[in-house]
Amino acid sequence: MSINPETTQHPVVIKIRPSAPIYALELDQIWEYRELLFFLIWRDVKVLYKQTLIGATWAIIQPVMTMVIFTIVFSRFAKVSSEGFPYPVFAYTALLPWQFFANSVNRSGQSLVSSSNLISKIYFPRLIIPISAAIAPIVDFSIAFVILIGMMFFYSIQPTWHLLTLPLFLFLAFLTALGVGLWASAMHVRYRDIGYAMPFVVQLWMYGSPVAYSMSTVTQNLSSFWQWVYSLNPIVAVVEGFRWALLGTTFPPITSVITSIAMVLVLLVSGLVFFKRTESSFADVI
Amino acid sequence: MSTNIAIQARELSKRYHISALQRRQDTLRDAIMAALRTPFTKKSRDNKDQFIWALNGLSFDIPKGESVGIIGHNGAGKSTLLKILSRITRPTSGQADIYGRVGSLLEVGTGFHSELSGRENIFLNGAILGMSKATIDRKFDDIVGFAEVEKFIDTPVKRYSSGMYMRLAFSVAAFLEPDILLVDEVLAVGDLSFQKKCLGKLGEVAEEGRTVLFVSHNMPAIASLTRSCIWVERGKLREFGPTGEVIRHYTDTVTARQIETGQENLLLHPRARVLPREVEFSEIQLSSLDEDGGSLISSNFQEKQPVCIRIDFKVNKPISWLQLTLNIQTSDGRTVFSVLDPKHEVELKPGIYSSSVWLKPNYLRPGKYFCVLNVHTTILQDQINDAILFEIEHRSDGEEYTFWTSDARGLVRFDDYHWEPVKKI
Repeated sequence: MSINPETTQHPVVIKIRPSAPIYALELDQIWEYRELLFFLIWRDVKVLYKQTLIGATWAIIQPVMTMVIFTIVFSRFAKVSSEGFPYPVFAYTALLPWQFFANSVNRSGQSLVSSSNLISKIYFPRLIIPISAAIAPIVDFSIAFVILIGMMFFYSIQPTWHLLTLPLFLFLAFLTALGVGLWASAMHVRYRDIGYAMPFVVQLWMYGSPVAYSMSTVTQNLSSFWQWVYSLNPIVAVVEGFRWALLGTTFPPITSVITSIAMVLVLLVSGLVFFKRTESSFADVI
Repeated sequence: MSTNIAIQARELSKRYHISALQRRQDTLRDAIMAALRTPFTKKSRDNKDQFIWALNGLSFDIPKGESVGIIGHNGAGKSTLLKILSRITRPTSGQADIYGRVGSLLEVGTGFHSELSGRENIFLNGAILGMSKATIDRKFDDIVGFAEVEKFIDTPVKRYSSGMYMRLAFSVAAFLEPDILLVDEVLAVGDLSFQKKCLGKLGEVAEEGRTVLFVSHNMPAIASLTRSCIWVERGKLREFGPTGEVIRHYTDTVTARQIETGQENLLLHPRARVLPREVEFSEIQLSSLDEDGGSLISSNFQEKQPVCIRIDFKVNKPISWLQLTLNIQTSDGRTVFSVLDPKHEVELKPGIYSSSVWLKPNYLRPGKYFCVLNVHTTILQDQINDAILFEIEHRSDGEEYTFWTSDARGLVRFDDYHWEPVKKI
């Protein structure tokens, strides 16, 4: 079925079979349904701050308040190293991609169940749902980014050409969120436990990632094997990449970046396959 | 493949786990426990009783451009069939090929978001149903006009009355232009005039040469919209033929079954509902008087018997007035007459109420009749198209062949007249 009936003149044959071939990921359908993808993102953005008093200010309050608390706890009391940068801006550069990742994971993980009325009544590629939910938080990210620009002015930090690589690290955060989101959303359809576990797991994940502290604080005393294990967490590369691109901290070891990217690919591909394998039962069990 | 076929279904079957319906393994713990128990309970998984076959080997061909009705009792598999054809779920076995683009309308207003305005919802819902933005842009004015919500188009739909909401929802769907349209009982929405409009729109779609599959309990609607009809029973194809014939056979068994199972007292089956209702029907019962003047529950009556139709309805919220309408229809969908309940202008508190109508004896001619029920407050609250079927039988008291036993004598027995020749010239 084409989303654009006027332009497709060739005869369409829809074959309905008990199961799809195992290799059929049908990613071309995402392109076919790109308008729907766009509309669902647009809906999520539009609806997010409806009937709130301060609207999109919420997108700023969350990371800023977290930064304030981190500054008090980690900088004042725990005296965590911030590699020579003012701690607030050091924490905020990590909180930006972190908040984006956390929102993406949480929303895409819940997305299928919260769209159960669509899934049981209308056909369209189900992948559209977690993908759109993972993209929508980019708007909050952009709003919160404005604060960062202000802070960089305030602390007179000069951006360099590194800044141009920022979208790559953001994209890596998105792919990680999508990979986790695909697994979580598909499992959530059958097991509602996922809904309870997700926010909690994401919270723990933050403390396991170098958001409030720098990567070197953790890895300086570790053997290279354990350093490598630490960088299996793709958010390590995302956060350290953000700091490198914005502040000019030392670039994380190339092996750990490659490990992170490989890990993201594994997550993403396995998530896709798992999603497609369970997809056909969504309407029956949701 | 022949180019004249729109849908070709071969041995379509769909099996549901009863356990999946009743005690689903909703938590990981249950799944783990079930896995631990499996070594001991493995046999029970093969137990046939744990499955139901919602569809069981359904095969048919639907030619291009044909409008086909799908009828059957609740749970016969009609909705499962539409879900498979619209690719919402996969069959357990069997296959189907569909030649053309499919648009399905299993529920109107799917994907509407209450916080968004009418305008925004038209675009969102259109995209969900598979329309491109360009198409929606082009048809936007028609959609709004058809729904009659011009003034409120920029108001969030959560502020809409339920009537406006349903009208807008149907309108978006009505302007879909697929080759093949699958429609589930979606017309039980809005007020009567809007329902007529919806049926008219579906009729237009059918006349444009599109293939339409239409599931409904509304026999008159099926009869007027479709030329052929599929009767599904227990997941199998019972009959596929000209609509009039299939409906006649179907209604024959409905009465037979009601008598067989003593179902004169019909607790109404769960119906598709879109919005919570303030008033809904809960039960309908037919009865007559026996020799001693006592009540006799039945769905088969003699012509000379008076028939009592008792309608129970549930009031969920306090309401200031309501009105019941009862239509008596023939099995091919012609309305014999309508009965209006006098408006209750009193405050009705939540609870279950009962209302009865007596049909006088020697009035309806032998045949089968449907009761169609509506209840209105300020808007249509509930509607039942095939609430109950009853049969009026020929007099069995030895009366010989009379004028009235012929089919050509109209729908009611009008014998309360004075007709005397008067010499004129």
